[in-house]
Amino acid sequence: MSQATIEVSGLRKRFGPATALDGMTFTVRPGRVTGFVGPNGAGKSTTMRVIVGLDAPDTGSALIGGRPYRSLRRPLTRVGSLLDAAAVQPSRSARNHLLWLARSQGLAAGRVDEVIGRVGLERAARRRAGGFSLGMRQRLGIAAALLGDPPVLLLDEPFNGMDPEGIVWMRGLLRALADEGRAVLVSSHLMSELEGTADHVVIVGRGKVIADTGVADLIARVSAGRVAVRTTDLPRATAVLVDAGAAVAATGPDTLAVSGVPAERVVALLGANAVPFSEVAAQRATLEEAYFGLTRDAVEYRGEPAGEGTR
Amino acid sequence: MTAPTTTRQPRVRARRAGFGALLRAEWTKFRTVRGWTIGMIVAVLVTAGIALLDHSSCGGVTAPGGADVPGTGCSAPVGPDGKAVTDAFSFVHRRLDGDGDITVRMASLIGGRGPAGLQPWSKAGLIVKAGTRPGSAYAALIVTAGHGVRMQYDYTGDIKAPPGAVTAAAAPRWLRLVRSGDAITGYQSADGVRWSAAGTVRLHGLPPTVQAGMFATSPASAQGGSTQDGSTQDGSAQGGSAQSLGGSGGSGARTLATARFDHIGLRGAWPPGAWTGTQVGGRPSPDTGFRQAAGTVTVTGSGDIAPYVPAVDGGGVAVERTLLGAFGGLIAVIVVAALFMTAEHRRGLLRVTFTAVPGRGRVLAAKAIVIGSVTFVAGLAGSTAAVLLGERLLRSNGDFVLPAGTFTEIRAVAGTAALLAVAAVLALAVGTILRHGAGAVTAVVTVMVVPYFFASPLSVLPAGVADWLLRVTPAAAFAVQQTTPRYPQVSAPYTPGNGYFPLPPWAGFAVLCGYTVLALGLATVLLRRRDA
Repeated sequence: MSQATIEVSGLRKRFGPATALDGMTFTVRPGRVTGFVGPNGAGKSTTMRVIVGLDAPDTGSALIGGRPYRSLRRPLTRVGSLLDAAAVQPSRSARNHLLWLARSQGLAAGRVDEVIGRVGLERAARRRAGGFSLGMRQRLGIAAALLGDPPVLLLDEPFNGMDPEGIVWMRGLLRALADEGRAVLVSSHLMSELEGTADHVVIVGRGKVIADTGVADLIARVSAGRVAVRTTDLPRATAVLVDAGAAVAATGPDTLAVSGVPAERVVALLGANAVPFSEVAAQRATLEEAYFGLTRDAVEYRGEPAGEGTR
Repeated sequence: MTAPTTTRQPRVRARRAGFGALLRAEWTKFRTVRGWTIGMIVAVLVTAGIALLDHSSCGGVTAPGGADVPGTGCSAPVGPDGKAVTDAFSFVHRRLDGDGDITVRMASLIGGRGPAGLQPWSKAGLIVKAGTRPGSAYAALIVTAGHGVRMQYDYTGDIKAPPGAVTAAAAPRWLRLVRSGDAITGYQSADGVRWSAAGTVRLHGLPPTVQAGMFATSPASAQGGSTQDGSTQDGSAQGGSAQSLGGSGGSGARTLATARFDHIGLRGAWPPGAWTGTQVGGRPSPDTGFRQAAGTVTVTGSGDIAPYVPAVDGGGVAVERTLLGAFGGLIAVIVVAALFMTAEHRRGLLRVTFTAVPGRGRVLAAKAIVIGSVTFVAGLAGSTAAVLLGERLLRSNGDFVLPAGTFTEIRAVAGTAALLAVAAVLALAVGTILRHGAGAVTAVVTVMVVPYFFASPLSVLPAGVADWLLRVTPAAAFAVQQTTPRYPQVSAPYTPGNGYFPLPPWAGFAVLCGYTVLALGLATVLLRRRDA
């Protein structure tokens, strides 16, 4: 078992009458970014708190490299986590926040300056953390997670409050961390944030895993056989393709979505029937579309019939 | 699965991260929040500063008999152990140049004129004393009006003699005091034939030449029924009515005791000479002194030979008065210590702490050690400054600071620092339990500062309630500041209002420690059980 593997198995936890985790099971492997995606309330944050030993599950286990978090010596050198960027003492400087964390792990103060450099907080390091924007606090939280150079990283909603430049930086950082061989688990309630970053996604809803799959596979599955056609003659194009056995839907004044027929066959059919077209493309679904396709049945907060609001 | 990271070596070299690393982390946390550092400095300044604001004189009344020390309204001689004493009696004495003994028959012990007659601690008998200077070493075989026959020495020493043949207090009895080197032994007898030992004491460093003979004295009446059970609230701890040290005390009426001695016999190294009468301490008064006729010596005296108790002996400021500011410093310490924990709850920072150090009990222990140590150092600085500056200021104002002895002063100062340190740990633990800064501060101030302040310095509670509060609440710990012990051989209003705590110093401190251990235990259980 790699030190850089997180194994979550069968986690169940209730908060009073509400079920937070309902058999959550997945594995995070090293060398890739794993997206941890689901709507608010799906159990992402609770799962991450259980992994780092803050919350105790009713049943089930979460192991880091085969060991429970609470048994780790110098845990920040094994797992770096950012669970809540607001968790700083407002009157303490960013550097001193990192310094006490370093002291707790027996790390030298020089390491603090290294991580401050890596997250680009050099100029703000001696300022009160209470005056930081959410984006700066996210960088400070990332610095804390990187402090012990851990093989495993757990980041809960790290894109929150980041400006576009920060989002680009964060994506690059996550990729780089994974390429260094680390296991990186990144939660988000917006699948689009992980587009182009995550190699693998664990999609959760209502306290359990809905899908645990590679991003490439997922997109391919959802995109399978979809072709976009741009034409000036929608009725004829539609008639020709339907005759050939395809399912066709208009998606705009001059665009069609076609499925059931591969792109080459669409080109051949349209050409043979002299239907004018300016574009035929095999369509690739976005990660977000894939996500909605999967979670349609599992969204926690849908409108509920009146009368069920109170328990 | 085999990943490239399996053999990946961390690039960060870490030293051994044990409990020491955790202590360093918590210390770093503490020192990097400026408000907490300022809070501790405030605690030091308040502890030292309130003492400087407080310079009540010993009543401002220069009583006729109090003029022993020029320029002071009140004063007291200092005994062999450095503590203030009362040393006022009528002494009929001769020189004794070495070993020897004196035997007398004490025919009677009666009270003087006036409404107040003999007091339970009115006393007369035989005494060997290093000299006639008040405060000099002595040993005495004493017949009291209400507490039997006793061997007393050096003001605080008090041994009750085994029950002898004479039982009625008023009946004549024979007394013998034998000096042999440092050892002084008393004997008593009903008939002058069969003797029983009353006790032996050793006075180390007693000079060969001493003054020895007969004496009588009688303390002030216990006015208003005030006795050791502390049923009065007269608040005279600071000597609201400084009076003659040689005569009556501060809280009651002056009384007289007259003892008649006959069958006086001397053996040993007594040089030839006659009996001399000396009023030791205070000033001569027409109604005290001695008469000698036909082998009989009659001595009349007023005062006491005892430890100095300000509540009865008049003015004087106890050393702990300069430590009054500790209650203010305590409030600052409680605030800082509670926030040291509750700030982490409030910001969710405790979760960061617990991801860095999953051992929650260890985190609490490290925090307790850090806040306790910081507070102890701050408390030591504050209370040392308070005592040094306060005593100096009081003296320069002409106040009489009761000598307490070096070790007692050190105990009061270090005890105050320890009190603040343990109270800080209590506030930390209560903050952990309540997870709310204002709630924790309110709780600890309510159980500790409020009972102390209302029971002792303000003295607005009935003595019984004050006594009870200072036994069962953490405020009992303020007993560590007390430098003026209660003495069974001195009747006085030993109430919290007069600066007397119901528990001995370390017992009172132990009460606070007990609460703190309980709170830490509960805090540890809750920290482990609760989700962070």
